[in-house]
Amino acid sequence: MNTFELTLVIWLGSLLAGFLGALTGLGGGIVVTPLLTLVFGVDIRYAIGATLVSVIATSSGAAAAYVKEGFTNLRIGMFLEIATTVGAVVGASLAAHVPTSTIAIILGVVLLYSAYASTRSLARTPADDRPDRLATLLNLDSNYPTPEGLQEYHVRGVPAGFSLMFVAGTLSGLLGIGSGAVKVIAMDQGMHIPFKVSTTTSNFMIGVTAAASAGIYLRRGYIDPGLAMPVMLGVLLGSFLGAHVLAKARTATLRLVFGVVVAVLAVEMIYHGLTGRI
Amino acid sequence: MKPASTTLTDRQVEIIVADLLRAGVLLAAAVVALGGIILLVRHGREMPHYSTFVGVPEELRTISGICRGVLTFRGRNIIQLGLLLLIATPVARVAFSVVAFALQRDRLYAGITLFVLAVLVFSLAGGHV
Repeated sequence: MNTFELTLVIWLGSLLAGFLGALTGLGGGIVVTPLLTLVFGVDIRYAIGATLVSVIATSSGAAAAYVKEGFTNLRIGMFLEIATTVGAVVGASLAAHVPTSTIAIILGVVLLYSAYASTRSLARTPADDRPDRLATLLNLDSNYPTPEGLQEYHVRGVPAGFSLMFVAGTLSGLLGIGSGAVKVIAMDQGMHIPFKVSTTTSNFMIGVTAAASAGIYLRRGYIDPGLAMPVMLGVLLGSFLGAHVLAKARTATLRLVFGVVVAVLAVEMIYHGLTGRI
Repeated sequence: MKPASTTLTDRQVEIIVADLLRAGVLLAAAVVALGGIILLVRHGREMPHYSTFVGVPEELRTISGICRGVLTFRGRNIIQLGLLLLIATPVARVAFSVVAFALQRDRLYAGITLFVLAVLVFSLAGGHV
């Protein structure tokens, strides 16, 4: 394949990845690195650079819609971005010293976990009404729109959530992914933030987290324009289409199918890493 | 706990942030697409080289190098410029948030946001740990 043909195929693959990622809520970037390395034989460092860029694009694009709907909590996002950006700088700095086979294995494990997390429904009981001292001090409590009007919520578990966010940021910087699954767990499970607020605020934070490691990847020469171009444009358009179909689609079966695809790619990444082929 | 005497409500800040993000992504995508067309027209028939890592040339790694090539309409540099605009979008959002929290007299969050901005600038300017 010449450059033109390969660019077209990668664009189509990224479009599909972005579309399915948006429909299933797993995120567009999640399968791009495995797709590029396993299917197209791209070096994992170029693949991570291109994925990181596409993650910034989809996160920022989707955040624009969610912020307007009033679910995103900008203060929670800003506060936790302290942890994710510092983590991202640490992760991206580590990436230069960790063998690519180890990175492939860690990515595989995170993908497996994300696929597993997406199949569970995280329906928590509504938060109790006792305000938490630290959360009050940080002014994190807020409200979100429901069919019955604005619903108030109280945040708790701030130190645990903050620590998990540092881990999410480090993984994001090391692997070039958004780490949305870890961010949602930190907020939904760790801090008792309502699910819809957790997912939209997580998405809101992903762009800033990824931007914190993008400069490091750029200087290291990981971001190849010829490769990043079809990946970014494909994933962006795919997620946009996916988000617009989402309202009408039945996603239960699709989530399962996509979850299996992610799991297969994850196992393949781990296998390639263990046998030293990446 | 929203200060009563502000010129900017939380809701107004949210709407400006949303518009800023959307505009940044669309502009970045348009520039990347333009660079992509130029690249493919000129080099589409060549063989790709993504399977072995050598790192992209030095001129595609720095802001000054990227801008120099943009002036001579090099496709790869124009794509890289679009990607720089994309990376700058969340940074601009954070910078705007510093101003918005300051206008709201929310010193705690102006400080928190300023710290995040400092981390971003540190990383983009060449710092690592």
